[in-house]
Amino acid sequence: MLSSTIERRSVTPDRAFLKKPGRLGSGVSARRARWGWLFVAPFAVFLVLFLLTPLVYAFILSLQNKTVATGTHWVGLDNYAKAFTDPLFLEGVWLVVRFSIILIPIQMLVSLGAALLLDSITSRFSKFSRLMIFVPYAVPAVIGALMWGFLYSPSFGPAAEVAGWFGLNAPQLLSPDNIFGSLVNVVTWQWAGYYMIIIYAALQGIDTSIYEAAKIDGANAWQTALRIKIPMISSSLVLILVFALIGTLQFFTEPQILRSMASGSITASYTPNIYAYTLAFSYSQFNYASAISFALGLVVFVGSYIFLHFTRKKSGLNS
Amino acid sequence: MKKILATGGVAIMLAATLSGCSTGAAEASCQNKIVNSAATVVNVWAWYPEFESVVDLFNNTHDKVQVCWTNVGAGNDEYTKFSTAIEAGSGAPDVIMLETEVVQSYIPRDALADLTSYTADIKQNYSEGAWADESSGAGVYAIPVDGGPVGMLYRKDIFDKYGIAVPTTWEEYAAAAQALKDAGSTSMITDFAGNGRAYQQALFAQAGSIPYTVDGTNVTVDLNDAASLKVLTYWQDLVSKGLVGTEDASTTDYNTHLVDGTYASTIAAAWLPGYLAGFTGAESGAVWQAAPIPQWAGETPKQVNIGGSAFSVTSQAKDKDAAATVAKDIFGTEEAWKLGIEKAALFPLWKPILTSSYFTDRAYDFFGGQQINKDVFLAAANDYSGFQVSPFQNLAYDKLTEAVNSVSSGAATPADALATYQKAVTEYATSQGYTVK
Repeated sequence: MLSSTIERRSVTPDRAFLKKPGRLGSGVSARRARWGWLFVAPFAVFLVLFLLTPLVYAFILSLQNKTVATGTHWVGLDNYAKAFTDPLFLEGVWLVVRFSIILIPIQMLVSLGAALLLDSITSRFSKFSRLMIFVPYAVPAVIGALMWGFLYSPSFGPAAEVAGWFGLNAPQLLSPDNIFGSLVNVVTWQWAGYYMIIIYAALQGIDTSIYEAAKIDGANAWQTALRIKIPMISSSLVLILVFALIGTLQFFTEPQILRSMASGSITASYTPNIYAYTLAFSYSQFNYASAISFALGLVVFVGSYIFLHFTRKKSGLNS
Repeated sequence: MKKILATGGVAIMLAATLSGCSTGAAEASCQNKIVNSAATVVNVWAWYPEFESVVDLFNNTHDKVQVCWTNVGAGNDEYTKFSTAIEAGSGAPDVIMLETEVVQSYIPRDALADLTSYTADIKQNYSEGAWADESSGAGVYAIPVDGGPVGMLYRKDIFDKYGIAVPTTWEEYAAAAQALKDAGSTSMITDFAGNGRAYQQALFAQAGSIPYTVDGTNVTVDLNDAASLKVLTYWQDLVSKGLVGTEDASTTDYNTHLVDGTYASTIAAAWLPGYLAGFTGAESGAVWQAAPIPQWAGETPKQVNIGGSAFSVTSQAKDKDAAATVAKDIFGTEEAWKLGIEKAALFPLWKPILTSSYFTDRAYDFFGGQQINKDVFLAAANDYSGFQVSPFQNLAYDKLTEAVNSVSSGAATPADALATYQKAVTEYATSQGYTVK
């Protein structure tokens, strides 16, 4: 009851603001429109040159096939039919789907927890913590993965030493059984800080008078967090969920880096993106690799669409 | 209006500069000095250690041709760039360093120039095996540079301490592994790395496996043979008894374990000793010796090769004559080879230096003054008769890695793993338009 009134109150002004400016365009002269195009031009050039052209080219590649014996020829959607029946691709998709199901809730809980804590504590320590939690995101993904590779190492890593205190053998964190959890840990470490900042910014945007009202109504800190803060930042939560979903389905960098240390755990088709990369650059099958990439794109699109459909009430994307 | 044009012009110029950057990069970035600027410049990609001094030597001794060298990364880093350039039809260098085992993969893609007409005068400078490795049909597509004849490097101090005699057969090697453990040593005899790739293929070949024959688009794939099964079963036995390690090779952990006493021996190519001395974490008091690779008892001794590299002229080379000159001459002099041997620890395939007393009698401090070339690697190199790799070797290696890992982890029996390996590679070859017999 409390939360729904508050939510409506805060969301309504936002939407009104968004709707107003749309009408301005009708009276603008053609000359002004031309200026508009000019301002868009630098972006448009880059968009066409570095996004649309490669995409179209890759799509054309995916409709062809090239073999040593027959050269290049058109095969229509054959590569796609092959992709969606290729067990290596499907296993890869299944892996990233499982990965998303496990990773995203963990990431969300960590980042939400950190953001709520930092939002309610106001001291010099909180500023420092905020920075520290964010720092992993500033570390390039490749460096982060290499660093974790060392931390997971059975002879150099701290895990060996810690296990040694209890007289145990070093845990094999890169073994086939453990690699999944190890990768979840790396990605959470890398991204939780970034999501935390998004949530924190959303929390800071909430009008503090609402908290006062909640306090007068007798809500404690816990209730304020669960019933006021979280509902009010639900659109931010949906946003980072979509980010996390798209990023996780395209999982590539971390397993690709750790692959050289764990060949038994991370195969050449561990995730769809690694598979596409291997096909193109290791096996020179650019056509099939393009088809795999587009097939993955389709999976990501469908996944995101379904997700947004089910969360449309919370995301604020639907009026 | 003028302003619009001016701004638009800037945008176009910017776009032109950006696209210009990507095509001009290969020419612009020589890592060496060009001595004679009027000469034909040949772009070379290579990652040899200490290569700059070899390039300088070439440029100082050639008037008409100059080398512009770029190190675009080692192994796969270079191959991905080269593959992209082949697919794009431009951007490849004129001369490229390739590992011997990948040369066969680039030939069917028409990426390399046939050097037969340039090499009549230098063919006798290389052993038949080395030359065969760079050939396909009647053509030769690369000039051999260095090789990887295989021997056994072992820790004499560990062997002596536990009373282990140096094994000469694989049967003795397995017994030594057991004896080492029984004697209470914490060292294992060696590592059977999941990602050994060329290592396992060489061990299979030593027992008599002939995995591929290639004749144009007709290939045979014979990976599930008795020899491979014998070797894989042998190692699975050692792995299951905990007598050998199974960690991945070429990692920092592994490099440290090579020198810290985790392993008492390693079956390795002649280029490994050059690296061993540089690995950190070495056990003090370690005494290294080299010995010939163990043989299978009762069978004709066979030598194998791991790694090694060569220079190819790409089919995109603008001036093939100049490019061929570079490929032939750059490691075709004694001076160049002295740099290669002393600074980069390469094992030469160029006979004039290979057979010189300078090389054969060379004593190595790392091996306590042992003349490892004379004792081990020269015989291994001379008896090596060449090895046919497949034109889809990267895929074959990935599937081999999966097979070895599944056996080492106990997920599959050697027979099943080899059957899967055979099936995967055959299917791939067929899908690529090869006729598999």
